[in-house]
Amino acid sequence: MGLQAYLTLAAVVFCIGLFGVMTRRNTIGILLGIELMLNSVNINLVAFARYSGDVTGMVFTLFTICITVAEAAVGLALVILLFRVRRTVTADHLDLLKG
Amino acid sequence: MMAGDGTLALAALLLHATAFLVLAIAAPLRRLGRPAAYVSILCAAGSLAAAVLSWRAHTGEAISRLVWTWLPSEGQTLATVGVLADADSTVMLTLVALVALLVQVYSLGYLSDERAPSLGRYYAYQSLFAFSMMGLVLAPNFVQLFICWELVGLCSYLLIGFWYERPAAARAALKAFWITKTGDVGLLIGIVLIWRHTGTFDLTEMRVLAGNGAIPLAGLSVMTFCIYLGAVGKSAQFPLHIWLPDAMEGPTPVSALIHAATMVTAGVYLLHRTDWLFALTPDVLAIVVWVGAFTALLSAVLACVQNDIKRVLAYSTISQLSYMMAAIGAGFSGAGFLHLLTHGVFKALLFLGAGAIIHAVHSNDLPDMGRLARRMPQTAIVFTVGALSLAGLPLFAGFLSKEEILGAVLAGGFAAPFAMLVLVAFLTAFYMFRVVFLAFFAAPPAGHAGAAAASGAPHVADASHHASHGAAAHEPHEPPSSMLLPLWVLALLSVATGVFFTVVHPEPEFESPAWLMPVGVGSAVAGILLAWATYQRRAIDAASLAAAFGPIYRGALARFWIDAVFERAYRLALLGFSRLVGWIDRYLVDGVLNVLSAWTVQAGDDLRTMQTGRVQDYVYGIAVGLLVLLLWVQFN
Amino acid sequence: MDRLPILSIMTWAPFASALVIMFFARRRPLLVRWTSVAGTGVSLVASIWVYWTYDRVRAGFQFQEEFSLVPSLGISYLAAVDGISALMALLTSIIIFAGVFASWTTKQRSQEFYALLLVLVTGVYGVFVTLDLFVLFLFYEIAVLPMYLLIGIWGSSGDVRPQGIFGWAMGRTGVGTKEYAAMKLTLYLLFGSAFILVGVLALFVATGSRTFSFLELQQMRFDPALQSWVFLAFYVGFGILAGIWPLHTWSPDGHASAPTAVSMLHAGVLMKLGAYGVVRVGMGLLPDAAVDWAWLVGTIGCINIVYGALSAMAQTDLKYVIAYSSVSHMGVVMLGAATLTPNGLNGSVFQMFAHGIMTGLFFALVGLVYEKAHSREIFKMSGFGTMMPGIATAFTIGGLSSLGLPATAGFVAEFLTFLGAWTSDYRWWLFPAVIGAFLTSVYVLRVAGQIFWGPKSADPHFQDLADAQGPEWAALGILVFVLVLFGVAPSIAIGPVDTATGPLLRRLIGQ
Repeated sequence: MGLQAYLTLAAVVFCIGLFGVMTRRNTIGILLGIELMLNSVNINLVAFARYSGDVTGMVFTLFTICITVAEAAVGLALVILLFRVRRTVTADHLDLLKG
Repeated sequence: MMAGDGTLALAALLLHATAFLVLAIAAPLRRLGRPAAYVSILCAAGSLAAAVLSWRAHTGEAISRLVWTWLPSEGQTLATVGVLADADSTVMLTLVALVALLVQVYSLGYLSDERAPSLGRYYAYQSLFAFSMMGLVLAPNFVQLFICWELVGLCSYLLIGFWYERPAAARAALKAFWITKTGDVGLLIGIVLIWRHTGTFDLTEMRVLAGNGAIPLAGLSVMTFCIYLGAVGKSAQFPLHIWLPDAMEGPTPVSALIHAATMVTAGVYLLHRTDWLFALTPDVLAIVVWVGAFTALLSAVLACVQNDIKRVLAYSTISQLSYMMAAIGAGFSGAGFLHLLTHGVFKALLFLGAGAIIHAVHSNDLPDMGRLARRMPQTAIVFTVGALSLAGLPLFAGFLSKEEILGAVLAGGFAAPFAMLVLVAFLTAFYMFRVVFLAFFAAPPAGHAGAAAASGAPHVADASHHASHGAAAHEPHEPPSSMLLPLWVLALLSVATGVFFTVVHPEPEFESPAWLMPVGVGSAVAGILLAWATYQRRAIDAASLAAAFGPIYRGALARFWIDAVFERAYRLALLGFSRLVGWIDRYLVDGVLNVLSAWTVQAGDDLRTMQTGRVQDYVYGIAVGLLVLLLWVQFN
Repeated sequence: MDRLPILSIMTWAPFASALVIMFFARRRPLLVRWTSVAGTGVSLVASIWVYWTYDRVRAGFQFQEEFSLVPSLGISYLAAVDGISALMALLTSIIIFAGVFASWTTKQRSQEFYALLLVLVTGVYGVFVTLDLFVLFLFYEIAVLPMYLLIGIWGSSGDVRPQGIFGWAMGRTGVGTKEYAAMKLTLYLLFGSAFILVGVLALFVATGSRTFSFLELQQMRFDPALQSWVFLAFYVGFGILAGIWPLHTWSPDGHASAPTAVSMLHAGVLMKLGAYGVVRVGMGLLPDAAVDWAWLVGTIGCINIVYGALSAMAQTDLKYVIAYSSVSHMGVVMLGAATLTPNGLNGSVFQMFAHGIMTGLFFALVGLVYEKAHSREIFKMSGFGTMMPGIATAFTIGGLSSLGLPATAGFVAEFLTFLGAWTSDYRWWLFPAVIGAFLTSVYVLRVAGQIFWGPKSADPHFQDLADAQGPEWAALGILVFVLVLFGVAPSIAIGPVDTATGPLLRRLIGQ
C-alpha cells in the first residue's frame, strides 16, 4: 500500500467529520465531528512521517493528540455550561452572535 | 517754532484720543456721568486751542507732515499713520474742534436727564468721534483716511443708536451703517486699485506723481469713480442718501455734530482733498455734478413736505452737501470747501436751535409748535440767523459760499445743473422759513392749540425721551445757559463770517457774470416771501399749494419710494438669496453627505443579516470558500 | 542642551497638567481648574517669551530642539519656530488660556473635560512647533481625536429638522444631535488625515525613505507630477480642517454642538491647523504645485467667503451664525495664501490670528448668553444690552472686527488680503472678498442688533439676566484687548510674520 491509500483514508475521514460538523444538530455530535477531522490530520502526519523517514510528524501527532484531549475537555465543559444556562444543546438554538 | 511742524495738529488729535481712552478704560469714572463729561469737555477745549494755533501756523502754502510706519511689508513700510497739516486741513480741523466742543457743552444741558452711565458712554463716543474725525481730516494717506472714515461711521452708528431700547433708533443705526458701508466698499476697492496704479497710498507722493503726469490715465476713471462711491455713501448723495433722515433718531446734538457739520462732509472733504486726482478724470467729475444737482433738488423737494423739524434739517443737509459736490464736480473744489466750512457753522447752529425747541416743547413735529418766539426769544433770534445764513442772504454766512458754488457750476459749463441749483436756492429759503414761521411766529394750527406742551402722543426720537419726565403742565421756556452759550457763539460766528465775506468779498478763481448775485439773492428772497405768505399771513392755502404739485407732492410724501426700493432689495434680494444659499447648504451640500452616510448605514443593515450566529452556517461558508479557493488554484 | 527647551515646555505643560488632573484631582473641581490655569499659563508665558525674543533679523527657524526617535526611518522629534508658527503658538496660548476661564462653570465630569482639553492643546502646540512630518502627523491626530469625546459627552444638541429632498437620509443619520455632530466632525477630519498621511508617505518615499524632516525635505525639488497630486492631497486633507467648500459642513454642526471652550479652541485654533498645514507643508514643500494650483485654492477661498457669509445670514441659531462666519473668514485665509504675494500671505497669516481671537471671543460670548438665557434662537431674544452691557459690548466689538472695521485686527488682515488679491494673477478675487466683508457687516450687526440692541424682550425667561462675572471677565477681557491691540498696532504681528513669508514666497516664485 502506498502513501496514496493513507491520504485517501485521511480525506475520507476528514469529509465524514466535516459532514458531521455541518449537519449534526447536537453540539456533542459537532464536537465528535471535529475530533474526526483532527484525527484525519493525524493520519496524514503519521503517513508522511513514515514515508519520509522523519520523526517530526510523529512528534507533532503526539502533540495534537494531547491538545485534542484538552480541547475535548474544554469543549465538553462548555457544552455542559451551555446546557445548564440555556437548557439545550441544539446548535440551531445557539445564535447569540446573530447580527 | 513748533507750531509749524504739525505737532499742534497732532496734539489736537491726541487730546480727544486721551479723553476716549480715559473714559473707555476707567469704567468707574465713566459711570459717574457728569465728571466724565467734564474730562471730555476739558480735552475738547484744549484741542480747540491747539487746532486754532495750528490753523494760524498753516496759512498759504505752509505744509507740515509727521508720519510713522504703521504696517510693514517685506521689511519696508507699506502704510503710515500721522498728520498732514496744511491750510485746508487745519481750517477743517478748527471747524471740527469748534463744533465738537460746542456740542459737548450743549449736551450737558440737553442730556441733563440722562442716567449717569449713559451720559458717560455718550461722552466716550463723542471723544472717539472727534478723534476719528480729526484723524480723517489730517490723514496723510488713503489708509489712515479709510481707517478714520470707518471709525467715524462706527461712531455715527453708535450715536444714532444711543437710545437703543427704541426700535426706531436701533433700526436707523443699522440702516446708516449698512448704507454707508455700501459706499465704503467702493472706496476700499478704489484705494486698493489706486495703490496698485500709483504704487503708493500717500497723498503727497501721489499728488507729485499727478503733477508730473506720471499717473497713467487708462482705467483711472474707474478708480476715481470708486473713491467717489465712498463719498456718495458718506455725504448722502443719491441713491445712498436715505440713511441721513433716519439718522435723526439720534440725540439732536449728535445730529448737529455728525450728521450736519462734520462727518457727512467727509465725502466732500475727500473729493476736495483729492481734486488734483479727480481733475484727471473729467468724465467722473461730470457724474459728480449731475448727481449733486439732482440730489440737491430731490432733497430740497423732500424737505418741503416734512413735518418733523429735524427731518427738514436733515434733507436740507443732503441738499447743501450736494451743492458742495456740484461745485467740486464743476472743477472748483475751493468753492465747495468754503461752503463746507460756512455750512458747518450755520447748520450746527440750526440743529442745536432745533434741539432747544425740542427740549422746550417735547416734540419734533411742527404742528406742535407755534408762536414760540414769545416764550423763547433768544432761540428764535439765533435760529433765524441760521435760517438766513442757509438761505444765503448777504451779511450772513451762506451768502458768499452759495454764490461761489452757483458761479462755479456755471463757469464749469453745466447750464442745466445750474438751473436746478437756482431752483434749489429758492426751495431752500422756502422750506427753511416755513419752519421759522411755523415754529416761532405763526399761531399753532387749530386742534393743536395749547397742545404744544407735551400732550398728545410724542413719537419721535428726542421727544419721547424728554416727554417721559416732562411735567404735564409744562410751559416752553428758554434752554439752560449751557445750551444757549453754544447757540450764541455759532450765531455770532455766522454773522461775523457773513459780514466779513460780504465786505471783503474775495474774488473767486473763475469768472462769474454780474447777474449771478441778484439771481441767487432774488430766488432766496422769493422763497422767503412765499413761505411768509403761506404760513404766516396764510394768504395762500398750504393745502392748495401742495395740490398744485399733485404727483410731486404725493411722491415726496412717500420719499419717492427710494427707501422702499432699498427695503425690498434687502428683504427680497439679500435675505431671500441668503435663505436660498442656506437651504442649499443644509439640504443639498450637507444632504449629499447625509445620503452617503445613510447609504453606509443601510448597507451595514443589509449585510448584517448574513451574520446568523449559527456555527454551522459559518462552517458551510468556510467549506465553500475553501472549495472555491482550491478550484481557483487548480484552474489558474 | 545648553538652554531651556522652551518649545517643549510650551508643548508639554498642558499635557503634564492633564496628568496631574487625572491622578491627583479627583472630586476637587477647583484644583482641576487651577491646575489647568497653571498649565496653560506656563504655555502662555513660554509662547509670549518665544514670540518676544524671536530674532527678526536672523529670521528662519529658531529655538531648535532635536532628538532622534526612530533613526532607521529618519523620524526625530524636531521642534523649531519661525515667525508664522510663533504667532500661531501665541494664538493657541491666548485662546486656551481664555478658554479655561470661559468653561469655569462646567459641572459634569469637569476633571475629564479639562484633561481632554489640555491633551488636545498639546496636540495643537505640537503641530505648530514640530518640523518632522511624521511627528507632526501624530500631533495632528492627538489634536483631532479628543474632539469626539468632548463633543459627544459635553456637547449640546440642536434642533435641525430633517426635511428637503434628502430628508430621509438626514433622519437616518440623526441630524441635530450632538452624537451626530461629533461623529461627523471626527469622520470628516479622519478622512482628511488619510490624505495627509498618504501625502507624507509619498514625500518620504520620494526622498529614498531617508527622512521626515521638514528642513531636509525643503531642500529638495520634487518631480512636478508628484508635487501636483501630493499638493492636492495636502490641500484636501488639511483643507477639510480649514473648512474649504464644499467640505465645510462638519464645522457648523460640530461647532454648534460643542461646549464653549471646545468651540473656541476648535474654531479659533484647530481650523488654523488646517490653513497652517496648507501653507507650511503644502506650499512650503511643493512650491511648483502651489503655483499651479493657486487658482483652485483662491477660487474656492472666494466661494467660501461669499457662500459662508450668505449661509450665516440665513441661520436662526446663534452658534450656527458664528460657525458659518468661520467658514467665511477661513476663505479669506485661503485666498490670501493663494495670492502668492507678500501682502496676501501676511494677510492670510494675520487673518488666522485675527479670526482665531475673534471667533474665540464670539464662542465665549455665545456660551455666556446661552448659560444665562438658555436660548440660542436669535429671533426669540431681544434687548439684552440693558441687562448684560459687558457681554453686549464685547459681542459688538467682536462683530466689528469680523466685518473688518479698522482699529481691530480683522481690518488689517482683510486689507492686506485685498491688496494681495489685486496684485495676484487673478485680480477679480478682490471683488468677492470685498463683498464678503460687506455681507459680514449685514449679518453680524443684524444679529447683534436683534439680541442686544433693541427693545427689551417681554419673555419672562429673559428677565433679570446677569452680566458676565469673575473668571468670565478674564476670558472676555483678554480676547478684546488682543483684538484691539493687534488692530491698532499690527506691526507687532506683521514684523515676525513678514520674516517668514518673504523666504517662503521667494522659494515659490522667486526661483
